[in-house]
Amino acid sequence: MRAWHFSETAYHLLPPAETYESIRVSLPNRNYDPRIGADLYHRYLDEWLLAEDEGMEIMLNEHHQTATCVDPAAPLMLAALARQSSKARLLILGNPIANRRQPVRVAEEMAMIDVLSRGRLEAGFVRGVPYEISPANSNPVRMNEREWEALDLIVKAWTNHDGPVSFEGRFFHNRQINIWPRPWQQPHPPIWISTTSPGGAARVGDRGYVQATFLTGYDGTKRIFDSYRAAWRDAGRGAHVPNDRLAYAALVYTGATQAEAYAGAEKLLWYVTSNKVPPHFAAPPGYLPIEAGVRMLRGAEHPLSAFAKSASVEGAIAAGIMMAGTPDQVEAQVRKVYDHVGGFGHLLIMGQAGFLEHDETVAGIRMFAREVYPRLKEW
Amino acid sequence: MGNITLAGIDLELWDGGDGSPLLFLHGAGGFRPTDEFVDLLGHHRQVVAPSHPGFGASSLPDWMDRPDDIAHLYLALLDRLGHARLDVIGCSLGGWIAAELATMAPERIRRLVMVGPVGMKLGGRETLDIPDIFAMPASAVEKLLYHDPDRHRPDLTKLSDEQLAVMLRNRETTALLAWEPFMHNPKLRHRLHRVRCPALFLRGESDGLVSAAYLEGYAALLPNARIATLADAGHVPQQEQPAAFVDAVMSFLNA
Repeated sequence: MRAWHFSETAYHLLPPAETYESIRVSLPNRNYDPRIGADLYHRYLDEWLLAEDEGMEIMLNEHHQTATCVDPAAPLMLAALARQSSKARLLILGNPIANRRQPVRVAEEMAMIDVLSRGRLEAGFVRGVPYEISPANSNPVRMNEREWEALDLIVKAWTNHDGPVSFEGRFFHNRQINIWPRPWQQPHPPIWISTTSPGGAARVGDRGYVQATFLTGYDGTKRIFDSYRAAWRDAGRGAHVPNDRLAYAALVYTGATQAEAYAGAEKLLWYVTSNKVPPHFAAPPGYLPIEAGVRMLRGAEHPLSAFAKSASVEGAIAAGIMMAGTPDQVEAQVRKVYDHVGGFGHLLIMGQAGFLEHDETVAGIRMFAREVYPRLKEW
Repeated sequence: MGNITLAGIDLELWDGGDGSPLLFLHGAGGFRPTDEFVDLLGHHRQVVAPSHPGFGASSLPDWMDRPDDIAHLYLALLDRLGHARLDVIGCSLGGWIAAELATMAPERIRRLVMVGPVGMKLGGRETLDIPDIFAMPASAVEKLLYHDPDRHRPDLTKLSDEQLAVMLRNRETTALLAWEPFMHNPKLRHRLHRVRCPALFLRGESDGLVSAAYLEGYAALLPNARIATLADAGHVPQQEQPAAFVDAVMSFLNA
């Protein structure tokens, strides 16, 4: 198994949550102090590089108009890391391509990073969470169709080496595709897709890309991975689905004692509890399938939103969205999820959130990397 | 409600009432034949009311994403039904479709009624002409929609899953059609000068989506348009004041 250090580069120094409607989309950026923001950027970059020194891989993501993740142009952050790091794999998960107007530009950005890092890019793509719709002014209807067409166009741009080719799709048009540079890795960098639904996972399994899922817990993750594996086999890729095709993201904090670990883990819960977003940003029309919308009107709640109302470290561990404790405890918790879902090859570790200070973050990374990771590598 | 298949699209179609034919183009909320105004209009006219593609039980082909796509389809509908020329009422989003239809085939419209129509951009680039209904709570949207929101708020517990699904689908298709440019076609204002038929632009005086200034500016783009206001009504006057709505419409159509 490979372990990845993931940080959302949050800006957590906010006024009390009851004073604003939403932490995303509409929170005025007068609440952001660029001087503090600069310190935070450098701190988070240092933490990624420290994780690399400890033998872990690097992962980052992109969100817009939000204090939870001040990385609205993840390729820029990744470019800095491509230059400053030297051995870690660099996973961007991902490029929100249903909201990017120029997929060929995304192909160019990724090819640049692949070359700059001498082939260390893992290129992830996402549809984009619902709160990304307004910042991108992007139509929430037919996003899946846009995402998959954009990906086809990106792969075409990466793999074409003999002068201009054209693409005239439903959503994207290019007549002279001939990107410079072309990717370092051949035929192209590994492709990752994140989804939190079994239907989405089937499509990823059919293509054989790496499937990542975030905080979906025991049963949700099992449904997603089962769907991926079934589609993989149906596509004739063989009976065995390699674990390195599957990734699970969880909150992880390892300490010398359980008390120390839980203190760090408590702060990581900010990732879940800070996500105050009103329905009009969380569920724009067309984002959810109609049937899911009907269930919400009947009172159904997203499992994470339900969890956030009474979030606790114990509850998060029981739900399979967090691993926290001593090295032995963390290993056992990872193992329990691993066995329940049929195995996975990548643990994407949300190792920093909210008020987890630099020293605490570093301590958690080190304890995990030195005491737990060597055991997981054998799986 | 009947069904008709046009260009591979299954269209739900209401056809009721007696009199000369009238094409009714519903707004973002969809068409409900049980609404009181439908019965009242039917005393005077044959009401032909398609559910737009993606609304009600009408299918939505993947190539459709703008109101003018629907206007093209309705030209085919009029051909199929044998209506060479008729009166048209368009409400809100349906007003936008009616405006597109009118610019495509002005000769096919005898008289045009636009009820709280969208589709136009009149103000500057720094200000939305129509408030962003997708970026506010439902409780704020209903205040813009209705003069008396308490009387018109749907009781979701009394709706079936199928009715909820239609409601959500109508909203989804509205977003698809009106997302960008938001609630307007920038070309439309340069095309409306050809629509020379008599036109009535009607607005509920409490309409929080379509302002009086917007309606006046819109109407001024047509050479033969007049304006009327309905009291104690918001963006959906046909629901809030059905009798006054039908009176205003019929006195204009019969003039």
